[in-house]
Order: sequence, then C-alpha cells, then structure tokens
Amino acid sequence: MVDMIQRFKALLAILALVLVAAMPARADDLKPLVDGLGKNGYAALREAIGALAATGDPAVAPVLQALGAGDLYVRKSDRAVFAATKADGGFALKDPLTGADAGTAGSRDVEKIRVNNAVREAVTSALGSLTLMSADPAKRRAAAADVFRNSDPAQIPLIDQAISKETDAGIATTLQMARAAAVLKSDAPDAEKVAAIAALQAKGGRDVLAQLTAIEASAPDGAVKAAAQTAITSIQGTLKLWDGAQNILYGISLGSVLLLAAIGLAITFGVMGVINMAHGEMVMIGAYTTFVVQELIRNNMPWLFDWSLAISLPLAFLVAGLVGVLIERMVIRYLYGRPLETLLATWGVSLILQQAVRTWFGPNNREVGNPSWMSGAFELGNLTITYNRMWIVVFALVVFATLMLVLKRTPFGLQTRAVTQNRPMASSMGIRTPWVDALTFGLGSGIAGIAGVALSQIDNVSPNLGQGYIIDSFMVVVFGGVGNLWGTLVGAFTLGIANKFLEPYAGAVLGKILVLVFIILFIQKRPRGLFALKGRAVEA
Amino acid sequence: MTSTIEPVAHAKAKDSLLYLDGVSVSFDGFKALRGLSLVIEPGEMRAIIGPNGAGKTTMMDVITGKTKPDSGDVYFAGDTDLTRLDEAAIASLGIGRKFQKPTVFESHTVWDNIDLALAGDRKPFATLFHRTSQAEIARVEEILDTIRLTDKRDWLAANLSHGQKQWLEIGMLLAQEPKLLLVDEPAAGMTDAETAETAILLQEIARTKSVVVVEHDMTFVRDLGVKVTVLHEGSVLSEGSLDAASADPKVIEVYLGR
Amino acid sequence: MVTNFLLRALDRRTAIVLIAILGVGILLPVLNLATDPSSPFHVPTYVLTLLGKYLTYALLALAVDLVWGFCGILSLGHAAFFALGGYAMGMYLMRQIGDRGTYGNPLLPDFMVFLNWKELPWFWTGFDHFWFAAILVLLVPGILAFVFGWFAFRSRVTGVYLSIITQAMTYALLLAFFRNDMGFGGNNGLTDFKEILGFDIQADTTRGALFFASALALAAGFWICRAVIASKFGKVLVAVRDAESRTRFIGYRVEGYKLLVWTLSAMMAGVAGALYVPQIGIINPGEFAPANSIEAVIWVAVGGRGTLIGPIVGALLVSFGKTWFTSGMLAEYWLFVLGGLFVLVTLFLPKGVVGTFLARDRKKPAEKPIEDVVAPGAVGQAAE
Ligand SMILES: Nc1ncnc2c1ncn2[C@@H]1O[C@H](COP(=O)(O)OP(=O)(O)O)[C@@H](O)[C@H]1O
Ligand SMILES: [Mg+2]
Repeated sequence: MVDMIQRFKALLAILALVLVAAMPARADDLKPLVDGLGKNGYAALREAIGALAATGDPAVAPVLQALGAGDLYVRKSDRAVFAATKADGGFALKDPLTGADAGTAGSRDVEKIRVNNAVREAVTSALGSLTLMSADPAKRRAAAADVFRNSDPAQIPLIDQAISKETDAGIATTLQMARAAAVLKSDAPDAEKVAAIAALQAKGGRDVLAQLTAIEASAPDGAVKAAAQTAITSIQGTLKLWDGAQNILYGISLGSVLLLAAIGLAITFGVMGVINMAHGEMVMIGAYTTFVVQELIRNNMPWLFDWSLAISLPLAFLVAGLVGVLIERMVIRYLYGRPLETLLATWGVSLILQQAVRTWFGPNNREVGNPSWMSGAFELGNLTITYNRMWIVVFALVVFATLMLVLKRTPFGLQTRAVTQNRPMASSMGIRTPWVDALTFGLGSGIAGIAGVALSQIDNVSPNLGQGYIIDSFMVVVFGGVGNLWGTLVGAFTLGIANKFLEPYAGAVLGKILVLVFIILFIQKRPRGLFALKGRAVEA
Repeated sequence: MTSTIEPVAHAKAKDSLLYLDGVSVSFDGFKALRGLSLVIEPGEMRAIIGPNGAGKTTMMDVITGKTKPDSGDVYFAGDTDLTRLDEAAIASLGIGRKFQKPTVFESHTVWDNIDLALAGDRKPFATLFHRTSQAEIARVEEILDTIRLTDKRDWLAANLSHGQKQWLEIGMLLAQEPKLLLVDEPAAGMTDAETAETAILLQEIARTKSVVVVEHDMTFVRDLGVKVTVLHEGSVLSEGSLDAASADPKVIEVYLGR
Repeated sequence: MVTNFLLRALDRRTAIVLIAILGVGILLPVLNLATDPSSPFHVPTYVLTLLGKYLTYALLALAVDLVWGFCGILSLGHAAFFALGGYAMGMYLMRQIGDRGTYGNPLLPDFMVFLNWKELPWFWTGFDHFWFAAILVLLVPGILAFVFGWFAFRSRVTGVYLSIITQAMTYALLLAFFRNDMGFGGNNGLTDFKEILGFDIQADTTRGALFFASALALAAGFWICRAVIASKFGKVLVAVRDAESRTRFIGYRVEGYKLLVWTLSAMMAGVAGALYVPQIGIINPGEFAPANSIEAVIWVAVGGRGTLIGPIVGALLVSFGKTWFTSGMLAEYWLFVLGGLFVLVTLFLPKGVVGTFLARDRKKPAEKPIEDVVAPGAVGQAAE
C-alpha cells in the first residue's frame, strides 16, 4: 500500500518536473493544484501536497506552510481552498497563493483542512524540496539539509533535478548525500546501496551515523548490512576524535572562566601574598554591577542594551576596585605578615558582603541578559561553539594580556613589583608603599569585578555567586605557581581541560572531585606549584 | 638508593669531622656557592669570614640539610653523606646550628627552651610519655649556669633581650650535646661587653667540641684566635691565621677594593 | 603508662574544669527529668538538646584548637571529620530503623529502596552493631586525617597552603556526598532515626543520656588535650608553631608530631559529630560545607586559641549568639554579626576572650608557659 503510494508520488513528481521544465507555473495554473488540497482523506491530501511540491514553484511554499500551521480551510460551497483567520463571528478569507483578500465566510460555511503527523511530514519534506529550487543559496543549503534528513526515496528524481542545476559545490555535495540516503531507503539494487553507503561514509558526521544505524538495523543480512556496519565503525572512530576536540573546546571555555576568576587572585595572593577569601565576592559585586547597569538601561535607554556589557566593564572595575581598596585600608593592612589572620578576617568580610547584597537585592537569582552579539552559536566542522563562550575566552585572554602590560610596562606596575619584592628598599627609594599596597589590592579586586561582568553572562547572579569560584580560583593560582601570572594562565587551562576530559567518564561531580584530589596530591609533590622554580626567569 | 661512596672522597673525608668538596648551589640561576671545599678536623674551631652574600649562611644550610646542593660532597664524621639526610636526622647525628637571627621558642620559658633541646629520644610517642628525670633537671641547671640565665629560668623567651636570646640559643645548642656546632654571626647586634663574653663562651665550648663560627666582626674573630677561612662569591678565597689572611692580597682586594 | 600520662595532667585547674563540665552534664538532665515543667528549675527538653548540640560544637572547637592553637595548623577542613563521624553514627541509626521505614524494608534504608537498590552496599555491613559504628566513628576520620596528613606534612605544606587544601578536601567530600550513588542518602542525607541502643531516640531520658554523653566526651577531650599539652610532646608542638625550622634543627622530625596531633584532633572531631547526629536527628552533606569548618575556627578565635578553655567558651558564646540572633527578628543580620566577629576578633582581640582575660591577669613575665586558667563560671554561664 505505502509502496504504491510512494510510486505514485514518484510518478507525479516526475510528471511535475517535466511540467516545470516545460513552462514556468503561474498562480493561475497553481490554483487547481491548491484546491486539490480540499479533497477528502489524508491520502488524497498527501498526493495533493506532492503535486504542489512537484511544481517546484516557490510560490506554493506559503500555501504549504499555512497547511502545516492548520490555517487552510475549504469553502463548503465550491470546495475552494483559502487561508482563513478568525474574524468576528466568522472567518476572513485570503487567497493562499497571493494573500489577496477573498471576502469573509460564516463559521459554518468553511471547514478546516485537518492534518495528521504523516501529512505534516509530507509538508515538511515538500517544503524542503521546494526550496531546493530557490534562487537564494542559503535557502537551498537549508533545504538540501532538510531533504537529507528526510531522505525520502520519492524525492530522488527531484534531487537529481536539483543536482543537475546546482552551481554551489557545497550544496551539491549535500544533495549527493541526500540522494545516497534516499537510495538506501528505496528498493534500489544492493550494489547501488553499497555505493551510497560508501558515499555517506565519506561524509561522516552524526546525522549520517543515525541514518546508517537505522539502515543497519533494518537491512537483511548481506552486502548492504556489512557495508553499513563498517561505515558505522569508521564514522564512530572519526566522531570520537571530534568529541575529543569538542572536549578541548569545552575545557578551554571552562579554563577561561577559571582564568577570569583567578586572575585577580593571582595579583592579591600571588603577587602581594595577601590571602583574600572575599575574592569571590568581588566577582559577585562585578556581576551585580552588570545587573544594575542593565536594569537602568532597560528602563531608560533600551536601545543601549547591546552596549550594556561595555558600559558595565569600567563600572565593575571601579566598584569592585573601590571595595577592594576599602578592605585593604580598613582590614588587611593591619594584618600583613599574618596570613592566617588575614584569611579569617577576609572570610568575615566575605560574609558581610554576601549578606549586604542579599539584603539589598534579595536572596534570589537576578536576571542578567545576553546582548544580541553574545547569544547564539555557530558550527565549525562537527563542533558547536556558542558566542558567549567564545567571547569569554577572548575576553579572558585580553584581560590577561592587559594585566601583563600594566605590570610590566607602567610605572605603577614597576612600583608594585618593587614593593612586593623588597618592601624596605622600595620604601627607602621614596615609593609610598601603603599606596602601592592599596592600589595593587584594588587592581586585583577590580579585575575580579571585571570577571564578574563576564561570568554574569553564563552563571546565575546571586549573592552566592562568588562562593562557587573561591576554591577553584585558589586551586588555579596554587597549581600554577604562586607569584607567577603565566602559571595562572597555564593552570587555568590545564585544569579546565582536565575537568572536561574527565567528565564524560566520571560525570561532572566526580570529575571535579578527581581534579581536586589531583591538585591536593600535586601541591604535596610540588608545594610551590607548577612554575615556581622557573618563577623569576619567566617573570623577567 | 645504594651507591658506593667514591673511594677518593672517602679517603680524604675519613679523618675529618666535616668534609665539603666542590659544593655548588644555585637559586634561579644565581650561584650562591661555587665549588666550595672545606675540611674541619675533630676538635677544631674555625672562623669563617667574608663579605655579605659570600654564601656563608648558604653553606650552613647545606651542612644542616636545609638546602640540597646541586653538586658536590658533604660528609660528616668520615662517611656519613649529609646530602641524603633531612634536618632532623642531621641534628641527631650531632650537628647543632645557631641562626644568624636568634630563633628561640618565644612562648616557652627559658627552662623549656633548654629542656626541649636536651639530647634524648625525639620520637613523638617517646616525648608524649616522657617524664623529666633528675639527671635532666641537673643538666638544664648546669647549662643555664653556663649561659648565665639561671635567674631568668621562668621567663618567657620572648621577654629576653637580644643578647640573652643569643645566649639562650647557644645554651640550646649545648643541650643538644653536638659534636659540631655551627654558629652564624653570634655577635651581631650585641654590645661590646656582650661580644667579649660571647667570645669567652664559645672558647669554653670549643674545648670539648668542634665549632664553626661565621662572623663579620674582626675584633671578635681576633679574640677567638683561631684558623680563618675567607669566603668570597661562593668559594674559598683564602685560609690560614687571621693575620695571614688579612695580608693576602686577594682578601685585601675583596674587602678594600670595592 | 596512659593512666600515668593522664593523671600527671590532672592539676587543680584541670580538675575544676572537668568537674564543672561533668556537673553540668549531670545537673541539666536531672533538672529536665526530675522537675515539674511548671517549676522554675525545669529545663525543657528542647533546651537540653540545644545545649547538647553546643557541647558537641565545643568538642569540635577543642579539636580545632589542638592543631591550630598549639601547632599552628589552621584547618579549614575539620567539618569533614565532624561530618564523617556523624555519618558513621548516622549509618548505625539508619540500620536501627529496621522495617519501620516508610517502605518497610527490613534490611535497606528507605533511600536505597527509593533508588531501587536490591542489596546493602558492602560498606554498610557491620553498621547494625553499635560497637562497630563506634569504632568507625574514630577510625574513618582518623584514617582520612592520617593519609591526608601523611602526604601534606611530609611534603611540608604549611600555612595558608595547608589551610586551602584542607578546605579543598572538605569541598571534595561535600560534592561526593551529594551524589546519590555514593550510597549515603545523597542530598537528603540520613534521617528519620528511631532508636539508639534500643532506646527511643526522642525520649527525654535518651536525650538526657545523650547530653551527658556529650559532656563526658567534652570532659574526656579536654583532659586528653590537657595531658598532651602538658607533656613534652605538647611543648614540641608549641615549638613547631613558633619556629618550625628551628625545631627541625634541634632534631625533631616535625611531620611525625603534626601527623599524630592532626590525627588525634580529627578523631575528636569525629566523636563530636557522632554525638551531634542523634541529638539533631539528621546528617546531610551540608555538614561538609567549608563555611562550617571556618565557623569552628571562629569559635576558637573568639574564645582564645592556644588555651584549652578558650575554644569551649568560644563555641558556647558564638553558638548561643547564633541561636539568639537567628530565632528573632534580627535573623537577617546574623551574617553581619558573624562576619564582623571574624574581622573584629582578628584585628582587636587576637588572643580571644579567654586569652585576653589571662593576659591581663599576668602582669609579670609568666611563671608557666601560656596555660589555661578556668574563667570562673564561664562554662556554666554560657550554658544557661
Ligand atoms: N632561598 C634563596 N633564594 C634565592 N637566593 C638566595 C636564597 N638564599 C640565599 N640566596 C642568595 O645567595 C647569596 C648568599 O647568601 P648568604 O649565604 O645568606 O650570604 P651570607 O650569609 O654570606 O651573607 C645571596 O646573594 C643571597 O641573596
Ligand atoms: Mg648570612
């Protein structure tokens, strides 16, 4: 039965192609085909869809779309088909092809054309094949992918037709693949199918794998099944490599987050030797600054929204930096040389800051939006990369580079290094060490604030935001080697990638635990971190 | 690791108490010691002098196991390879050390400071159940007497003057009953009277033990009246009596030439 | 040898503290059981339970102080030992539920039935015996501490590095215990206990007994700490705290000392956790939270580290303050107070309440090394 219909559809399609080739269809010629949709019964409906598709005329696309959406109605009086929308007491009718007004009808005068899943599928695949003829290459590319996904043997002639006309090599390849996939589902001879499998294997990828798995499962023992099996193994092998690449990508992404969170700490803890347990709260303050900025923009100048992050960056730096300077002046400066006390006091500061934010903004997550350029994703081979992750990687590296420049190339950086290396000497040379201390601490805190702006894009903005990063940040700094910014960079990416590689085997939580255990053991082997020994050489 | 000691080194090291040969140490590429060689005979007292940064303290770090040399041999009492032992093991062998900056246990009393340093079983469980014997009490009293701190026995070490801390530290060294004492700048920060007394104290000690003293203060070294080794940039510049060393043109060059 | 070791430390002050702790341990349950609820002397059961909880906190604080105050090891991971002791006890209490759970499974605790497990995991065997659980209460924290310490001390990880990896340790355990497939009840932990040693866990008499047990454990912990501190071993610990490398140069192998005291301290924390769980009625992964460990540290800091009575006073004071604050309208401000405590104590009261009190007492240079003197009525006051 199904087979028969398919053959019939194929026949129709060929017929239609001949017609298409012969003369460009016009709205008038299409009208009867559209009215064909009004015939009773799903089978007839599907035939009518096939006939419409076979015209290859982009003009029928809106009709099919309306059908799929359930907007097509039949006027009982003349069985003409219209696109109708509810209007007071009845329906407003429109010509489905042209969209021209076609008067109104009472709700009893028209009848909705009902669709089931099979019909919807037919609509989708018809739409797909239709756009194969579109003048717009982007549309053709999407359509080719659609056709490939549906791999309907009935469309083979149409595909052949499209291939012969196609000028874009990429789209042509996809069409070849679509044809191969369709052939596999048809009753073509085994030899042809095996050739099709070979073609598909050459393409590879997840979609092909899914199709081949289905074929392999349903094919009877023989050449086709065997070929499918080898193809599957080979594709799986390739996919594993891609998975590895994807893991590295995820790892780099996580690494950049770790780097952002740790980089400020690398200054306060690494360079100054101050152990600041409120570091995470500086990140949180940066994230809340972003929230406030966005809130103001939303309410007053919505058109600025895409600029909200750019505006937040300097503000977050200032706010967090200022809080940092205050903490340094009010608490930390009394505790230099007493790291354990500093640890406790700054933990207290972190509690106060958390509670202050909780009292002010409430305990719940606040909504921080992604500007348009931060949302969405793009594909690279078999990899999916989201824009926000990509920008955060870029951003982390930019922050890192800027910081290196500040420390290496500015008078402030020189003074900072002088003070941290030899305080009495620096002080006797006229450097105002208390100022340098406060500003350096402010710099570290400000950078944490900047990190908060970036992290607000991928994490929940809540009073506990910072808590989630503090241990990780310390691990990164200690692992990389205290006092060495390059170590922090390498440490962040190493730990990020290690984490993501462990995840598929151990699960997210266990992966994290394993990384923690690894670091604990590592610190015990090399208490001064990865790069401690080379420290001075690298810094210089 | 089972490695045999090089026969040559062994032969030379055999009769000495402390034997350093070709010891080099570098920190981040900076060579603090370069091929330093030094031999101390049993019962000998030796003064080491040299400008700041010559590597005197680093040498003591190497002997006491704080710093591992990059290359070179360090033997104690003939055939004990010190480069393979940790600080505690080296101390237990009988090498005592006084730091440049006096370090005593500030929140312990003078008495407890000496008591802790007293020779005896240093294992955790042994000290947990340790009971102070009459002999130990007598020994602490005796040392307190030597270092002239008997009347301060119940003071917290934190409350002692700088010079008294130096003496307390020397007392702790005595309590360890070492065969070799390494003393780093004992006269630093002392008054002249204290310096003179310290010299007498060290000479008393040197009657029964080998002592290596690092010092800047020339009058102090002269007071000691012992063989002198001059270090410069991590290796030995000159060796002999103080007068001979002071006459050595190389030494004059280093001390006066800059 | 051990009796000798303990008796030697039993001077007058120690005896007074021990009697005070035990006196409270007996008096309050008696006042709870023997007086009429209308009597002014009556101690309600919920107060008894609350104070019982404080006593376990005090023991935890004592454990923290033993390593921090006397050996300079600032542990940010003692909550892990506390929680592990608690879990060991919790597992025993779970097995005691038997078939009275919601699912009525005689062998499997409810959460395992819920997860569709068919048999008891191997590490749950034996926990139907109290003695077995009691041993593991000591052994599990002890072994973890030993292994951790063996690595850490041998490679000379000290100061803030050590603090941070102890925090990472408890954080890793926190994450681990949140997992359902660890077999410790995941997020919800272990709860709904019915009986302990065959006694109804809710009964006033049981509560009284648990309170007394907590007081007894605290007294024992105090006595042991006192004996350790008074021994030559204790003096070496303080020496390590003040000048670690100097201690090495006079021949003490510092890592052995640290390892021993660290393990002892972890076991004390484990006992505290084991007594905490039956009184509170639940143990869940939240007990591993790094914040808990740091809170224990602040108890010690407030009370006075390096004294033995300090941590007890500190734990009672801060816990009492927390209960008072968080049960009133001021609940929201508790974290401000706690945070403020951290800052103010480190800046202005580095010796803590008891330490400052003692220092004021001692005008002349000390006749004895810093020791604990009983702050008169401190225990009783805070407990009332
Ligand atoms: N741990 C270290 N790291 C880097 N350099 C060091 C270290 N210890 C010593 N030095 C350097 O080695 C040189 C020798 O130091 P030291 O032995 O203390 O000299 P001295 O005691 O003779 O004055 C000095 O230049 C010092 O800066
Ligand atoms: Mg020196």
